[in-house]
Amino acid sequence: MEIPYTVEARPDTGLYNAKVGIWLFLASEVMLFGGLFSAYVLLRVGAEPGTWPHGWQNIVLGTINTIVLALSAITTLMAWVACKVREFGKFKFFHACTLLLALTFLCIKFVEYSEHLNHYEIKLTDGRIADGDMVSNDPAQDHVVIKGRFDKTEMDLYDLRAQKEISETEITIPRSQIESMDNYGPWHNNYLALYYTLTGLHAMHILGGSIVIGYLWGPGRKLWKKDPERFTNRVEVSGLFWHFVDLVWIFLFPVLYLT
Amino acid sequence: MSESHNTPSAVAPGSHGDHPVDFNSYMRRCAGVFGVVVIAVGLMIWTSYLPETHLGWSGKIAIILVIASFNAFIVAGFLMHLISERKMVYTILGFTVSFVIGLFGLTFYAMTDFPKHTVIH
Repeated sequence: MEIPYTVEARPDTGLYNAKVGIWLFLASEVMLFGGLFSAYVLLRVGAEPGTWPHGWQNIVLGTINTIVLALSAITTLMAWVACKVREFGKFKFFHACTLLLALTFLCIKFVEYSEHLNHYEIKLTDGRIADGDMVSNDPAQDHVVIKGRFDKTEMDLYDLRAQKEISETEITIPRSQIESMDNYGPWHNNYLALYYTLTGLHAMHILGGSIVIGYLWGPGRKLWKKDPERFTNRVEVSGLFWHFVDLVWIFLFPVLYLT
Repeated sequence: MSESHNTPSAVAPGSHGDHPVDFNSYMRRCAGVFGVVVIAVGLMIWTSYLPETHLGWSGKIAIILVIASFNAFIVAGFLMHLISERKMVYTILGFTVSFVIGLFGLTFYAMTDFPKHTVIH
């Protein structure tokens, strides 16, 4: 039994079925990310003045990732155009570029996560706070070493952008002086919880999209010989998903990195 | 795909809907879109570093989000072909937009919706 309307448009919708399906799916995705963005707005506006982090993200890495994703959106579109004009070699080239760019994006995200997870806030028994990257945390030793600075209150840690010069030195802290120690994971505060949730969900979408694009580039390309038009439609549908993922990042970047 | 489904309404190779697809013109369009996106990202970063004395915190955020929305319009319009889509797609998006407005409307409503005698510090 053949599946109807995989290539030709349905008379009532004017579209082939997979395209209606992907747009309905994207509509549900808008609601998913919309809910998380509204949670961000609610928590951000409800935060006490001066307690919402600024300058906690690496803007250079965020900008590179924005450019990488924009470039991948273009290579995805060009892969579809190559299919449309029946140039399969170009399709393979552009989709390989998309996969490489997706991998680059995920690698940069991994670097960013690693930087955060290696960053510690240590409250000392004398009331001071040490904040910085962990250098040594060997349980066999009676001290930890971080590369960072001392602060008097937690408020000094929030707005890093307002502080022009932050001098960091290697600090050795005896374990007996440590009251509590916490790295910058999603449990650290509301901002980081939202950061990991939003970017983590987005990264999962990148991974999922990459698997689909990888399938079309690899084993799925057999369909090209049998039915190039249907294959082209599959490329278009996966491309629409990829552009949506790019759209989400277009808002995530300014919201989490710049404001 | 069955031959019986190859009706005259089927999309012809080298075309997108009613429009013919030309590889080189798409390359030029993509280069243009990429350039606009890069400039918009640069503008957002520049705006974020402006002193708050001129615009205020909320003014800066508003400008950055307007630039981001313009960026999204360019990507959705030209890369997702939303500027020339079928009515069905616009209908789906119309419903989506109305639900999102409702979602954010409830969020903003909830910000000021406290029970009576709530003490706000």
